[in-house]
Amino acid sequence: MKPILEVQHITKEFKIGAKQERYLSLRDALASPFRKKEEGANTFRALDDVTFEVMPGESIGIIGRNGAGKSTLLKILSKITPPSSGKIICRGRVASLLEVGTGFHPELSGRENIFMNGSILGMRKFEITKHFDSIVDFSGVEKFLDTPLKRYSSGMQLRLAFAVAAFLEPEILIIDEVLAVGDAEFQKKCLGKMDEVSKSGRTVLFVSHDLSAVSTLTKKSIFLDKGKVKQFDTTPAVIQAYSSNFTQTNIHYQDAIEGKPCITKVEVVTSEGGVLQGNEKPLTVNFEIQLPQDLSGMALSLQIFNHLNQPITYNWYFDEGDLLKRNKGAHNMSIRFDKIKLYQGNYFVRVHLAETVTKTKFQQFDCCPFEIAMLDKKAPEWGWQNNVCQYIEEGKWS
Amino acid sequence: MTEYEIKAKNKFSFGLAELIQYRELFYFFTWRDVKVKYKQAALGILWAILQPLIMMLMFTLIFSKALKVSSDGIPYPVFAISGLLIWNIFSNGLMNSANSMVNNANIIKKIYFPRLIIPMSAILTALVDFLFALTIYVAILIYYHQGVDFLKLIVYLPLSLLITVVTTFGLGTFLAALNVKYRDFQYLLPFMIQFLLFANPVLYSAKAFTNPIINTIMKANPIASAIQLCRSVFTGQQVDWQGVAIGGSVAIVLFFTGIYTFRKTESYFADLA
Repeated sequence: MKPILEVQHITKEFKIGAKQERYLSLRDALASPFRKKEEGANTFRALDDVTFEVMPGESIGIIGRNGAGKSTLLKILSKITPPSSGKIICRGRVASLLEVGTGFHPELSGRENIFMNGSILGMRKFEITKHFDSIVDFSGVEKFLDTPLKRYSSGMQLRLAFAVAAFLEPEILIIDEVLAVGDAEFQKKCLGKMDEVSKSGRTVLFVSHDLSAVSTLTKKSIFLDKGKVKQFDTTPAVIQAYSSNFTQTNIHYQDAIEGKPCITKVEVVTSEGGVLQGNEKPLTVNFEIQLPQDLSGMALSLQIFNHLNQPITYNWYFDEGDLLKRNKGAHNMSIRFDKIKLYQGNYFVRVHLAETVTKTKFQQFDCCPFEIAMLDKKAPEWGWQNNVCQYIEEGKWS
Repeated sequence: MTEYEIKAKNKFSFGLAELIQYRELFYFFTWRDVKVKYKQAALGILWAILQPLIMMLMFTLIFSKALKVSSDGIPYPVFAISGLLIWNIFSNGLMNSANSMVNNANIIKKIYFPRLIIPMSAILTALVDFLFALTIYVAILIYYHQGVDFLKLIVYLPLSLLITVVTTFGLGTFLAALNVKYRDFQYLLPFMIQFLLFANPVLYSAKAFTNPIINTIMKANPIASAIQLCRSVFTGQQVDWQGVAIGGSVAIVLFFTGIYTFRKTESYFADLA
């Protein structure tokens, strides 16, 4: 039996920093012959020599950290963007679901959007008509079929969108992160439908951050890391490797400065080990401080910054009341956050060492990047989208 | 079983087979655009009729009453509407299609289908407006008891439409492709269209030009040929077939240039849009 999908040496490069990046303006193009070639325009390899094969009926999970190239791979597989080199041989009709509700228009009614969306996804009109009742049934919005979509709640929109997608009948189905959608009951329904799809002998490629969904739906998985296939094996083995991949440097050593008080080591102890930290789980930061002489009024503080370089939280320790930490020599200090509220994303720590009496700042540096993931927390209807918020505050609805 | 390859550079083709495979999308995109365009308007699709009607009244007031522009011996409103119908297909079609790829960027980035469907459907939307606007055309002909040569009507009018649509497809797909890369066209286009309205014999007679150079340019201009054809149904004037042949050839060249440019660059739309 021939593989249904042969991915051979796929590479995708993007220019970064170069002028040609996005909104290229006509002026730039007209002026370019007169301008010196920008030297060494940086190229970024989103995918680097990716090769794998998928047999008919196999369900493959694709996992990897943010920026590992998962979405780029899916975009190439679904012909949205071409590879820079390499080729893919497909032996079947591909339908891709990189987003639910592609082509939905707020002014159109639910009924009209079912046809519009279905047709954009590659369904023929007769197929949509054939499945129409089942789609409506699955979505549970029959009462609002003739209401414009803009009056729907976001949950209803997503249910309708997924319902249309659920009735696609391609030989290869490509799905990106769309399962983290809908309430728990609807999610279960979707997972059931997906399971049905993969058991019916169709091939499914499935990207998700939700490792438990990957392990229930797929037997084999690909672990993408920095654009390369790091591992292609059975799903449990890949998940194992993926988790242990988080043993990056979570300890930062700083050289001591002769004769000056300084922080020599910062260690972020995450809940999952390495640099992966679960939301609402304990996080500890350990400091090692060298004092060349006794120091009264020492002030140690730390800030946590997000990926946009915005400070999110601040904690400090002032010496005033506590006379233990001012003598000459090495000291260990630590701060523990019992339930860290930070939302998913990438963060780093900035530490400051100063002295409060003469208001002298000795040291300030950034270190210990870490990643927050929403591990056990129940996802909202629309899933864990990036950049929704900085942190989640507890609150009671009534 | 369908087997195909995805590669960095595919051999060039117009992708006709794929367009046929996805033909239903033409209908859905056009249908969506027409529907959405008039959905929030109280008068709805009536606007497709009112817009050219108002334009016609306005231009009649200015060009016929105030400036006394010659209209080749037919009532000026008949003269104006026969030009405006063709002109509106061209200008609306061009405007819609040039912005279509950018307006549908969210779809382009998430799903594959032959990209040509988008600018082409945008032009079809302008054609739907034309069909509605035809009702005023008929109403005006009746009102002015305009004699119509039916044989000419069923030959000249479709031919004139064909030239217009082919030209608009060409320029529209060309601009749609460029607009993805260079947003400058988004700003340039309204001026271009305004200029072209006055540069084309829409509101005045082509005979107004006596300069031989301008006359040569007019001959090569497919929209001028289309308007001339559309008008000769009433004026009874001899059609300049040489001009139509030249204009038609230019239209075909524009058509293939536009589609060629579009197909050449379309694979990178998702990265650029």
